[in-house]
Amino acid sequence: MTELAVGDVVAERTIPLTRDSLVRYAGASGDFNPIHYRDDVAEQVGLPGVLAHGMLTMGAAVQPVVDWAGGASRVRDYQVRFTRPVVVDPVEGATLEVTAKVGALDTEAGTARIDLTVRAAGATVLGKAQVVVLVPGA
Amino acid sequence: MAVNPAVEGRSYPPTEPYLVGREKVREFARAVFSADPLSLDPAAAREAGFADVVAPPTFAVVVQEHTLAQLLADEEAGVDFTRVVHGDQRFSFTRPIVAGDELTATLTITGVKSLGGNSMVTAESVIRDGAGEHVVTAVSTLVVRGEDS
Repeated sequence: MTELAVGDVVAERTIPLTRDSLVRYAGASGDFNPIHYRDDVAEQVGLPGVLAHGMLTMGAAVQPVVDWAGGASRVRDYQVRFTRPVVVDPVEGATLEVTAKVGALDTEAGTARIDLTVRAAGATVLGKAQVVVLVPGA
Repeated sequence: MAVNPAVEGRSYPPTEPYLVGREKVREFARAVFSADPLSLDPAAAREAGFADVVAPPTFAVVVQEHTLAQLLADEEAGVDFTRVVHGDQRFSFTRPIVAGDELTATLTITGVKSLGGNSMVTAESVIRDGAGEHVVTAVSTLVVRGEDS
């Protein structure tokens, strides 16, 4: 705790997404919107391609922080804004690049606000992505 | 059709109890690329003091989904599902969700705003356990695109 400072990068991870990942998430979450697995439907509604579920991006992006903090139970608050869709190519898939940085510390509560930067295809896809966690060892 | 601003402040009845299953938690954890032993290994979860596996933070959306279905089914609200885009999402926890929990969610529409032909609906779902204790509040902002956009 004493060594943690605002601006520190606590975790970085690259998460490859494939169409299989989307189908798996659809089943696990119950979100069967076809824009997440059917190219024809995605095209019909004017999308650039099949998109990852926003909630899959949100769910995957927090995992490096979960691991750093010592488990899912240590997350107190988690918010994101969905600013750009993640297009998942049928062959190439897509790649999420996650960087988790300390945004603020609350020594009294023993918590840290971790700010996530999440990019895909060179662009940021989540805005104001913030996780409040109990810091490891607190 | 724009979202009816009169639904601001409206609350819906609590959803039917949702029993959190161990294999559902593990299936969800794998789907969000979790490697967290608390979510995947019942023995590790018990060792950490939990009755069973601990759900990943965003699992709460599975329960919240039932409340959003109530909103979409409310004809007075006028939310056209085919025009809905997820704007933002937040989960605020009193405690994590654990397998074995029986959860109910109560939805309140806390905001309806018009912005450049679109409607922004803020939906707050308060999720409680079988004893009525607060577990997590899930807040979604849904952007309902107007006819022209």
